[in-house]
Amino acid sequence: MKPFAIAIAAAFMTFAAAAHAQTYAITGGTIYTLGPAGKIEHGTVLIKDGRIAAVGADVSIPADAERIDATGKIVTPGIFDPQSQFGVVEVSAVESTRDASQNTYFSAAFDVASAINPRSVLIPVNRIAGVTRAVVAPDGSSEKHVITGRGAVIDLGSTTGFIHKNPAAMFALLGEAGARHAGGSRAAALLKLAEALQDARDYASHRDDYAENQRRDYALSRLDLAALIPVVEGREPLVVEVNRASDIEAALHLAQEYGLHLIVSGGAEAWMVADKLAAAHVPVLLDPLQDLPSRFESLGATLHNAARLQQAGVLIAFATGDTHNARNVTQAAGNAVAYGLPWIDALKAIMLNPAKIYGVADRVGTLAPGKVADVVIWNGDPLEVTTFADQVFIAGRKMPMVSRQTLLRDRYMKAIFDDKPLPAEYFHPGTNR
Amino acid sequence: MNPTRLLTSAAAALLMLSANALAEAAAPPHATEFPPDPFPSTYQPLPSQPTLIEHATIYTGTGARIDDGAILLRDGRIAAVGKHVETPANAVVIDASGKFVTPGIIDVHSHLGVYPSPSVASTANGNEMTSPNTAQVRAENSVWPQDPGFNYARAGGVTTLAILPGSGNLIGGRTVVLKNVPASTVQAMKFPDAPYGVKMACGENPMRVYGNRGQFPSTLMGNVAGYRQAFADAQAYHRQWQAWEQKVKEKGRDEAGTPPARDLKMETLAEILTGQINVQMHCYRSDEMAALLDVSQEFGFKIAAFHHTVEAYQIPKLLAKTDTCAAMWADWWGFKMEAWDAIRANIAMVDAAGACAAIHSDDANGIQRLNQEVAKAWAAGRRAGLDISKSHAVMWMTLNPAKVLGLADRIGSLEKGKNADVVIWSGDPFSVYTKAEKVFIDGAVVYDRDNPQRQATSDFMLGQFIGEKS
Repeated sequence: MKPFAIAIAAAFMTFAAAAHAQTYAITGGTIYTLGPAGKIEHGTVLIKDGRIAAVGADVSIPADAERIDATGKIVTPGIFDPQSQFGVVEVSAVESTRDASQNTYFSAAFDVASAINPRSVLIPVNRIAGVTRAVVAPDGSSEKHVITGRGAVIDLGSTTGFIHKNPAAMFALLGEAGARHAGGSRAAALLKLAEALQDARDYASHRDDYAENQRRDYALSRLDLAALIPVVEGREPLVVEVNRASDIEAALHLAQEYGLHLIVSGGAEAWMVADKLAAAHVPVLLDPLQDLPSRFESLGATLHNAARLQQAGVLIAFATGDTHNARNVTQAAGNAVAYGLPWIDALKAIMLNPAKIYGVADRVGTLAPGKVADVVIWNGDPLEVTTFADQVFIAGRKMPMVSRQTLLRDRYMKAIFDDKPLPAEYFHPGTNR
Repeated sequence: MNPTRLLTSAAAALLMLSANALAEAAAPPHATEFPPDPFPSTYQPLPSQPTLIEHATIYTGTGARIDDGAILLRDGRIAAVGKHVETPANAVVIDASGKFVTPGIIDVHSHLGVYPSPSVASTANGNEMTSPNTAQVRAENSVWPQDPGFNYARAGGVTTLAILPGSGNLIGGRTVVLKNVPASTVQAMKFPDAPYGVKMACGENPMRVYGNRGQFPSTLMGNVAGYRQAFADAQAYHRQWQAWEQKVKEKGRDEAGTPPARDLKMETLAEILTGQINVQMHCYRSDEMAALLDVSQEFGFKIAAFHHTVEAYQIPKLLAKTDTCAAMWADWWGFKMEAWDAIRANIAMVDAAGACAAIHSDDANGIQRLNQEVAKAWAAGRRAGLDISKSHAVMWMTLNPAKVLGLADRIGSLEKGKNADVVIWSGDPFSVYTKAEKVFIDGAVVYDRDNPQRQATSDFMLGQFIGEKS
């Protein structure tokens, strides 16, 4: 194995908890740990050195801890967006700010994480609403590829060391989008995907031959093949966007044939094949608000999708599909509850399950000793549309609860409602100009 | 009421007066020659019985809340509303203990029917992007009544909706106001005697569509010149017709000679100038809104509402002074430059400054949950320190949108004599867990969550999954 290829293909995972001297004790709140400790009334979450040091009703608080009173409030892990474009889109219509898709000859090798701007203003906008972690994925809008590239797990609280698992997964399209990119038919999209997987398998065991021109031509470039090796070896998940029931079945079939670790994304009609998904242990990333027959591939879309999948034993996680408003996933989850999903499962679908699906639940997703301290204090039921996050911690750091939007708001609140206002441009709310 | 608010509403009243005077002075062009509406409404209310809803928490849509209240729907109208309402002998009585009642939700910005589900090229009929001014087209001629989205919106409590052409053009065409009833023709959904609107668009969309083709307009200044020239042409057209009608008055129709040639584009624009048509103006930015208010002043027409105005919070007092409504989302942002400065407190700030604030969807999914969108906007206002009651915020989805459509005398609030468009909610409509349980239009149950016989499905959805569980 060549060192360069190793560097490209190797997964690296760091949840470096930077040295944070500050210790926090969040006291008095109702804690939903989403872990073995369950729900704790009037409990304390102790945060130390970026980690959860203790959680419980009877936690001794060190003298140097900053106490935060959460009486009457709800404390949960942070929200984890399982499929976003944080840091790779600023203004959707401004191409120079978009890096989530490409039309070069690369496909699987496309590593979207290398383009992330951790200073994107989208990050604070969503962070102050409780979103603490995300998978950044290719957006699938490239016109050429069925395999759109790799995604990574990031946190939304730092400007260095924010990538925690890369690659976290490979992303691909089947269904209508896959057919469009493959030249007009679903069958062609499946064929293209199968060809890539076969070539990657062959390449994995014949790299040296390939380097010496001793191997047949491959459909993909060397870097793409190298990136696909962990996928064909079942070590890295393949997230396939599919909506129609028969497309999901086709993806399941492909996964079985090639021994893939499949994750379904979209899944508008997933409830129709819920038993098969459950039997194959394939999780589904979905927007529970997707209920319209907006495309021919989603005629069976329904607000009951989430509840039915959960009922069938499928692991589900929610995404809005809109990174600018990733924060609205709480509303989506609340609606899933209104249509039959148990409340605690809805909470898990936005906080814990994404971590499980991407294999980082040993680090985040629950409030338990030793876990990275992504913690949110809510002023009410987190799934209610009238609830706000009062304080957000990411990896034990207390996040400033401001965004460009709150600064604009405060500037104009003053300019509009002051008695003798100056032009708004003279007001500099907060510390950040 | 604070003094600022009084001042602005007084100014608004004066302005309304002058707008009315203008409309009165100018007769509609070609009033004597052509039918006022070539596609007249054939709407008939569904069968109904007198219905008393009692023991409900009622948000009246006028800003009031009645606890343990009752409302009587009879002959399509609201017969009574209050703490105590007498039960007529033949009335259906609904015990709404623990439930909430609001007016039917009104969406002033929908593309249902013109951009229906499923979204395919042949049914995407919302944007006649072949010229920057297509004032002659009418959204109603593109509406596919079988769009399944109408049924989904009804399940969300939407009883009235304005269908707009898209925003690719400076002047996109006429809008149409529909009652959200299942029907095979658009005429059977058409709100009787509702004023027409016209869709106009500021900003990035028209200049992108035409600029990319190397055509006019390709800039913001091109946009504004485009509106002004259109209205200048319409003034000339209107004068021709006025002269001819004067001749008819003096000499009689037979002696008046040949009337001027009819121009459907000019006809729409002239009716804007004479106040028959409400201007619904897609406009995100505050500076562009200010320019458009000047244009409306120059040509003597009124802008009913700016739509999508994510920057309304920057100029709410100007909106209040000119009696211009703002139709907004709760939190959409960032998809283009002109949507960059959106904030969640937008609606609440516009309202608090004394201007007319309305929610709108522009979206077949969002229209199903406008109560939740209002709840988010209300909560963001509270978070910003604006003390707005829920009962007041209900106006953002009821009475204020009715005003945008020129229908506030008929819908938008639960007041005696108004159309009986009513929603019974399973709980407080400001909760994510609440659902519309029963929806009434003109006193008739058009949706009932507990009765499959009152849940319409589109022809399109029929037979899609034969033999499968659903």
